[in-house]
Amino acid sequence: MKKKRETPKTELPYIEFTAEMKRDYTILIPDMLPDHFKILVEIFKAEGYKMAHLTNDSRAVVDEGLKSVHNDTCYPALLVIGQFLEALKSGRYDVDKTALMITQTGGGCRASNYIHLLRKALKKDFPNVPVISLSFTGIERHSGFTMNLRLILNLIFGMLYGDLLMTLKNQCKPYEVNPGQTDRVLDEMAGILSKMAAERRGFFRTGKNYKRILDAFSAIPVKAGEKPRVGIVGEIYVKYSPLANNRLEEFLIAEGCEPVVPGLLDFILYCLVNMINDGKIYDFSDKTTRFAGFGYWVMYRQQKKMNRFIRKKSRFMPGHDFEELRAEADKLIHQGVKMGEGWLIPAEMGELIKTGTNNIVTAQPFGCLPNHIVAKGVNRRIKEAYPEANIVAVDYDPSSTRVNQENRIKLMIANIAAAAAERPAERG
Amino acid sequence: METVYLVGVDVGSTTVKTVVLDEPSHTVLYREYKRHFSKVKEAVLEQLLAVFGKFDGTFKVSLTGSAGLGLSNRAGLGFVQEVFAASLAVKDLYPDTDCAIELGGEDAKILFLTGGVEQRMNGSCAGGTGAFIDQMATLLKVEPSELDALAKKAKTKYPIASRCGVFAKSDIQPLLNQGAAREDVALSIFQAVVDQTVAGLAQGRRIKGNVLFLGGPLHFFESLQRVFVETLALAPGQAVFPELATCFMAYGSALYAKDQPTAAGASIIQRIENAPYSDEILCGPQLFKDEAEYRAFVSAHARADVARREIAAYAGNAYLGVDAGSTTTKLTLIDGDGALLYSYYTDNCGKPLDETAAQLAHLYGLLGDRVRIAGAAVTGYGEELIKAGLRLDHGVVETVAHFKAASAFCPEVDFIMDIGGQDIKCFKIKNGAIDNIMLNEACSSGCGSFIQTFANAMGYDIAAFSKLGLFAEHPVELGSRCTVFMNSSVKQAQKEGATVADISAGLSASVIKNAIYKVIRAASPEDLGENVVVQGGTFYNDAVLRAFEMELGRSVIRPVISGLMGAYGAALYAKEKSTGVSRILTAAELKDFSYKSKFTHCNGCTANCSLTVLNFGEGRRLISGNRCERGQGKTREEILPDLYEFKYDLLLSSVLDQPEKPRLTVGLPLALGFYEQLPFWHAVFYHLNIQTVLSAESNRAFYVKGQHTIPSDTVCYPAKLAHAHILDLLDKGVDVIFYPSQTYNLDEGESDNHYNCPVVAYYPETLAANIEPLNKDNFVYPYLDLNRRSNVIHRIRDSFPALRLTKKEVGAAVDAGYAAYGLYLKRVRDKGAALIEFARKAGKKIAVIAGRPDHIDPEINHGIQKLVASLGMVAVSEDAVSHLASPPPLEVLNQWTYHARLYRAAQYVTTQDDMALIQLVSFGCGIDAVTSDETRRILEAGGKLYTQLKIDEINNLGAVKIRLRSLIAAL
Repeated sequence: MKKKRETPKTELPYIEFTAEMKRDYTILIPDMLPDHFKILVEIFKAEGYKMAHLTNDSRAVVDEGLKSVHNDTCYPALLVIGQFLEALKSGRYDVDKTALMITQTGGGCRASNYIHLLRKALKKDFPNVPVISLSFTGIERHSGFTMNLRLILNLIFGMLYGDLLMTLKNQCKPYEVNPGQTDRVLDEMAGILSKMAAERRGFFRTGKNYKRILDAFSAIPVKAGEKPRVGIVGEIYVKYSPLANNRLEEFLIAEGCEPVVPGLLDFILYCLVNMINDGKIYDFSDKTTRFAGFGYWVMYRQQKKMNRFIRKKSRFMPGHDFEELRAEADKLIHQGVKMGEGWLIPAEMGELIKTGTNNIVTAQPFGCLPNHIVAKGVNRRIKEAYPEANIVAVDYDPSSTRVNQENRIKLMIANIAAAAAERPAERG
Repeated sequence: METVYLVGVDVGSTTVKTVVLDEPSHTVLYREYKRHFSKVKEAVLEQLLAVFGKFDGTFKVSLTGSAGLGLSNRAGLGFVQEVFAASLAVKDLYPDTDCAIELGGEDAKILFLTGGVEQRMNGSCAGGTGAFIDQMATLLKVEPSELDALAKKAKTKYPIASRCGVFAKSDIQPLLNQGAAREDVALSIFQAVVDQTVAGLAQGRRIKGNVLFLGGPLHFFESLQRVFVETLALAPGQAVFPELATCFMAYGSALYAKDQPTAAGASIIQRIENAPYSDEILCGPQLFKDEAEYRAFVSAHARADVARREIAAYAGNAYLGVDAGSTTTKLTLIDGDGALLYSYYTDNCGKPLDETAAQLAHLYGLLGDRVRIAGAAVTGYGEELIKAGLRLDHGVVETVAHFKAASAFCPEVDFIMDIGGQDIKCFKIKNGAIDNIMLNEACSSGCGSFIQTFANAMGYDIAAFSKLGLFAEHPVELGSRCTVFMNSSVKQAQKEGATVADISAGLSASVIKNAIYKVIRAASPEDLGENVVVQGGTFYNDAVLRAFEMELGRSVIRPVISGLMGAYGAALYAKEKSTGVSRILTAAELKDFSYKSKFTHCNGCTANCSLTVLNFGEGRRLISGNRCERGQGKTREEILPDLYEFKYDLLLSSVLDQPEKPRLTVGLPLALGFYEQLPFWHAVFYHLNIQTVLSAESNRAFYVKGQHTIPSDTVCYPAKLAHAHILDLLDKGVDVIFYPSQTYNLDEGESDNHYNCPVVAYYPETLAANIEPLNKDNFVYPYLDLNRRSNVIHRIRDSFPALRLTKKEVGAAVDAGYAAYGLYLKRVRDKGAALIEFARKAGKKIAVIAGRPDHIDPEINHGIQKLVASLGMVAVSEDAVSHLASPPPLEVLNQWTYHARLYRAAQYVTTQDDMALIQLVSFGCGIDAVTSDETRRILEAGGKLYTQLKIDEINNLGAVKIRLRSLIAAL
């Protein structure tokens, strides 16, 4: 196998984020996971970075994206780039002291090109704004931005806490007696965790922290009864970002459902497993596969620990167990399908149904390539394995109207009621 | 006790349907079906008032339908999702139904009721609906109802792309222009609707059993019913067309109303009347503040005019220019100084030749003996037809004609934008020559006819409609994408209560945004140039012009003859080239002018192109529809060679050798990656004493066979074709079908990574999951990496456990595979080099048609390389030259093997004076959204033109031809 090139030689050089910049530059990050980012941003701040989490969501965001990104490029790229450009042009930030940060996963999907498309879009008006690539594998180098072990560990635990907060929020909010209380509790907990991360005190004491969070959410008064659960799976950005999915979680809650959103850590584990799998499927072993194997082991144990804690110490339902997800994937698709969200989407669909969430929205950007295969392509298989599955695929795109999307989701919801009405009849 | 009535109201995208039921018996007491012309609230009120006036009692009301959602929310009335309403009605009225299909105004739905209940609605990019049929009827200049009558008289069917109206249009327009019978086109439109339902809606499930057909279109169009029954091969009695078809969902909604509270009619009316309009619409800037601002604008643009002369007072030579556009025909006659003597602009009613002939006859009447036509030229879609039919002297490419005309108004012009009825053409001018041409892709054509269709649908003519927008206070912000999307944005705005004026202004702005940001792909308006001339019929619309200037932030030149510029340019061209005499049909000849059209097939090769032969008498005839020049009667030797055909033949011939006594037969689908790896796999199996069986060559009918197993209707055409290839192999009865999944392609070194695109990499998964007869015994798709020899050996051995293959024999076979593959690539390169040398000796230009390996499939490339040859260029493929250059520094990640070749080929082309690059892009290829901008950048940096051809199942090459000719004119 060829050695991995340090800096790909066929690419144009990029503006480096230097150590001097770290002192007074503000790093903008796009909106993606509102619950998680509350904590993650503080972790970066604790490392001495100035960070600003963008929440601009006006029509101008889409317009900027449309201007700068190719018509047929996926919606996430369009929104992320649009959000950055809108922010830079807004005057809210000193563009000479601003950097941007974007994640870079690498892989056969065109999503690996987001960072390049962003640089292209910046070329004309903001040629000196550095773009930092955030990845665990360090595809690019920036002397002012380095991943150290402490930062990585903090981020992993930040994600775990984020997943926990999101999961609990979705299980409380649909039932809360006092409107808005769940969000307030979430903000409070995120604040406490952020403070711990900033002061480097107690952040890793997971048992104590889990308990505190679980107690806080358990104390929220809720109405009796059970609402139909609706899972959300799909392309990572559209799945989580309210900007992209037209506030899907809120819509589902308003429609009398309980959203079930699989955690972010599952996606990270999925990425690591893909590296491990590459070695297995293609018969080799190298530094990357070994590193991934170790990272996976560390993180999976933490996930398992958290899930066990939730199950034992509260009435809440934990997120998925990743090994079970892998086992589920094997029933539906090959784990070699690793571009985009790959086998994770069918696995999550199967696992959701198995754990009692038969109703699923698969959210994807219009024309998403991997989703031809892993979402729409496997629906038939999932239906065969789980006839009770009630799945709706929704495409998101700058011009598809909200009415259109919501109408399709409403059909899925109408089917929940019909299925519920038919069940007793079947028994009788 | 008062009688309680159940009232169901279905508010669709175009109509409102109401049904009143008697509660216990479900007897239909009343029904109504009416278009609402986007006045949703008013239409619902009107129908409910009628109901409440007619029946004495109380009511339970429920709404359904896409436009009913918002209204029911705001009025606090019951609502049921429309597909769900349909299933309630089906269960109540036709419990034996297996499948129900409902085609509505903009939505299409399918319900599978037995064997796994499932409901589906059309995706966000889908034709095959009532709106599609309406749009097509407009194109044929008939009322939708007449379309049915036409189709009944049809003799033959043409393939028409069904996915969206824009595609279908680009198939239909040329058919009409070539003289195809409208009856046949009408029937073909219905077939397209059926195909779309089968492929797009059923998404991999077969429609069978008792099928219920619902909705307006399926009720009103008997031909559509017939085509459905034929295509689905339904036995008599299996197809049910209920009398209640149009109001079916309203019926279901009425059933749902049972659980709604009872209310008096008056209170329901009041609730709807009090329902607020929503405030969710976004508004753009006003076009004109007041009348004074508008007057100043109008007088400023009135200055861009040509000299005119009274034709009655003129004597001497004159020059005729004809612009036979897709929907209109324009004529201009000029004198020796370019002054306009006469002009004419008309809708061609789908008969451009008849229209032009009639107009010419009229013109001769005006000329008398004083004026003599000394030169005549024609441009536009109907160029060949008019030139041949009326014996004009010259045909000229549209872009050249427009450039000529624009230069007459502004000699320094450096940017021309032409928005016509069907297309947007933009070009940059550098050093007095056309430098860069941009045409709208099928998917982004928010052109003039779009505004027109919309105006008509809202009951206005285009002039009145655009006037309305000039002073709109809150122009609606609509998207800037393809018309289908804009359609739904407009509907949404209407539902939210935007006025017609606001929509008119919004449409004008969105047409402009579409042109600037999607077609031209300008990052900012300054990219457009200093001296901009705009033209085309659409710019007669002051609102569009104003929107353009506002977006640009400065004024542009719009000639007063904006819509005639093509014809004016053609006339200037005729004047320039005039020899003093024109061959155009004389007044006397024109009197006897008639022609006969005949449809036939070319037997020159296996493609069997459908030919339209028009015979004008005196041995003059026009053959159209042919891909290559053999249809014109040229022999093989007279036609320029191309590498595409060579590659295709070479690839197919690689499987000719077969073992004599094979121990197994393995089926290989002639699809996607196999278009390059076939020699590899054949050699491997040959050396293992296994016979390989190849699926048949693709064609359109073959594709249709696999259509019902395609789960995603927006995947690229090459992937869709793979389904038919698998089915074919199953028919052939092979022991096993082998189709490896390959995340990685071969590493050719010059890139950052070497992936396959996600579709090529994992398509076997989709096939396995969606083609019913496939199972783990008859379909083997191991994951392997061709860069790792031992991995390949390992996986092959795993794939055929029963054969107990040894490591050694597989190793030898795999080595033979690598050798065969290497040889194939070498022969392609050698042949490419030979063709380049041939071209240089013959003094021909070379076109590097850069695509993917699967683009050599004639059903995918539609014979574009032959068209290139007929235009006098020698066509080679990207892999014939990509090894000759290293990739330039890129702004994107260079991580796909096939696309890395593209960048290298582009880089190489910039070093060769006699080469041009044409990029083939399959519609829906998301990767090419990244590569096309980058390829353009490489070429432009090297001083080359960038030409992109988007290909799909559409096999009409009209637009492709214009683009290629423009390219050649600019070289």
